Amino acid sequence: MIQTIAFYLFAAMVIASGAFTILARNPVHSVLWLILAFFNAAGLMVIAGAEFIAMLLIIVYVGAIAVLFLFVVMMLDIDFAELRAGFMKNFPLGILIALVLLAELVLGVGAYRAGALHLGTPDGSAAPLLGRSNIESIGALLYGRYLFLFESAGIILLVAMIGAIVLTHRGARAVRGQQNISKQIARKPSEATVNTRPEVGQGVEL
Amino acid sequence: MTAFFESLGMTYGWAWFVATVAGILLIALPLMLAVAMIIYVDRKIWAAMALRKGPNVVGPFGLLQSFADGLKVFLQETIVPSAANKGLFLIAPIITFTVALMAWAVIPFNSGAVLADINVGLLYILAISSLGVYGVVISGWASNSKYPFFSAMRAAAQMISYEVSIGFVLICVVLWAGSFNLNAIIEAQRGHGLGIVNGFFFNLLLFPMWVVFLISSLAETARAPFDLTEAESELVAGYQTEYSSMSFALFWLGEYANVLLMCALNAILFFGGWLPPLDWAPLYIIPGWLWLFAKIFFFFFVFSWVKATVPRFRYDQLMRLGWKVFLPLSLIFVVLISGYLMATGHFA
Repeated sequence: MIQTIAFYLFAAMVIASGAFTILARNPVHSVLWLILAFFNAAGLMVIAGAEFIAMLLIIVYVGAIAVLFLFVVMMLDIDFAELRAGFMKNFPLGILIALVLLAELVLGVGAYRAGALHLGTPDGSAAPLLGRSNIESIGALLYGRYLFLFESAGIILLVAMIGAIVLTHRGARAVRGQQNISKQIARKPSEATVNTRPEVGQGVEL
Repeated sequence: MTAFFESLGMTYGWAWFVATVAGILLIALPLMLAVAMIIYVDRKIWAAMALRKGPNVVGPFGLLQSFADGLKVFLQETIVPSAANKGLFLIAPIITFTVALMAWAVIPFNSGAVLADINVGLLYILAISSLGVYGVVISGWASNSKYPFFSAMRAAAQMISYEVSIGFVLICVVLWAGSFNLNAIIEAQRGHGLGIVNGFFFNLLLFPMWVVFLISSLAETARAPFDLTEAESELVAGYQTEYSSMSFALFWLGEYANVLLMCALNAILFFGGWLPPLDWAPLYIIPGWLWLFAKIFFFFFVFSWVKATVPRFRYDQLMRLGWKVFLPLSLIFVVLISGYLMATGHFA
């Protein structure tokens, strides 16, 4: 009973906030609706018994990616007239993408109805995990059966990260006024200050 | 508690529901009281270190000062700037406050005395603490004013930076304890040091991680010396600049509830939570929650002490510490600790 209510609540919220993400005029509002959608998706994961995935969804998407996203979108100088002007120009492309997504949806539902996939148990609930928590089962899969795939995914991400750093690195010499912290800490008052008694009108040699 | 309500003649479902609501109230209401008192304590410690008297007028020793402040802001008018984004402007403090309360659901006050004993407890805390930044970012943007906006951008960058190293520190603790459940982590610390000291801090490999965690938790809660989000010398009051009355007070309460949470995490992850400091039978006479509260209070004193004595960091220093010092250090310790545990057959 309460699971059913919670499921329909979360599912309705995901769809509604997904719709508002594209309907909102203001990009910042769009991002906030998107975050609400992530949240409710995490709620659905908890109902499905995948609490580890739910927490990861919040930590990774809401806690890190969406913050960076919001960070960038907040700094945009939004011109609403210009946003609307591009609508007709991009309309054919938008229709094309929508058609591709529709075809995927039809194919996916068709494949599922044809019995090609066996997700969980026939009544729709998730397959029971025998005496193991989420984290242990996922760990055993990732570091056992899919070890090489998992590690190659890690290497691809590492290469992408190094690539991003190399592309945006400007070199240390270009930056002026760099601070050498160990040099500053090693400085003593006797080296830093000099006590002189210059003659009147003579000035100080430094 | 569910069993108690069932004994009153309720069905299991209703008993569970009533027990959960009662548990939430039992945590949230004393927490609000604790926040009010801890603000008073903070001001007293800060005053004592500056050789001042601090609040001493309202009530005996000024004990009721926070309540007087609360009544004052409650009676004031909530001002919404005309150029602000009204809805988000009012939602932001509510988000900060709610998120600060939510994380307390998984904090164990004694063996078994925890509202939600879930086996992803630590991940839940990491998830909730990563949400704290939204209140600040949304308030900064919705205020439609320069200083709150700068503050919001600083907060976003700062929290993400320090969350990374906090994540790695938590991984170290989880590796040693073998569980994400906070009660199991506390149990793993029983007699950890030489069979007598309860706490991971006594471990040579985990002690540096505790230092990193303590400093990162100062940064995560934006306390001094990392309070760049409300640096009054440059940003007026940061993201709170445009706020008044209760919306301002909600930020204030949420901030201190977060500080208490970070103190509790320090106590639970490294100092044995509700276990007494030494694994010695007579110390178990004192109930566990008192030990936990004593540890939380101790860490709060450390937080106040730092606030009163350490000057504020510059923004580039903050970023340098997070990315160039803490991140490599915690990564090295993840490798060291997992290597040590594999070599000694801890997982076998």
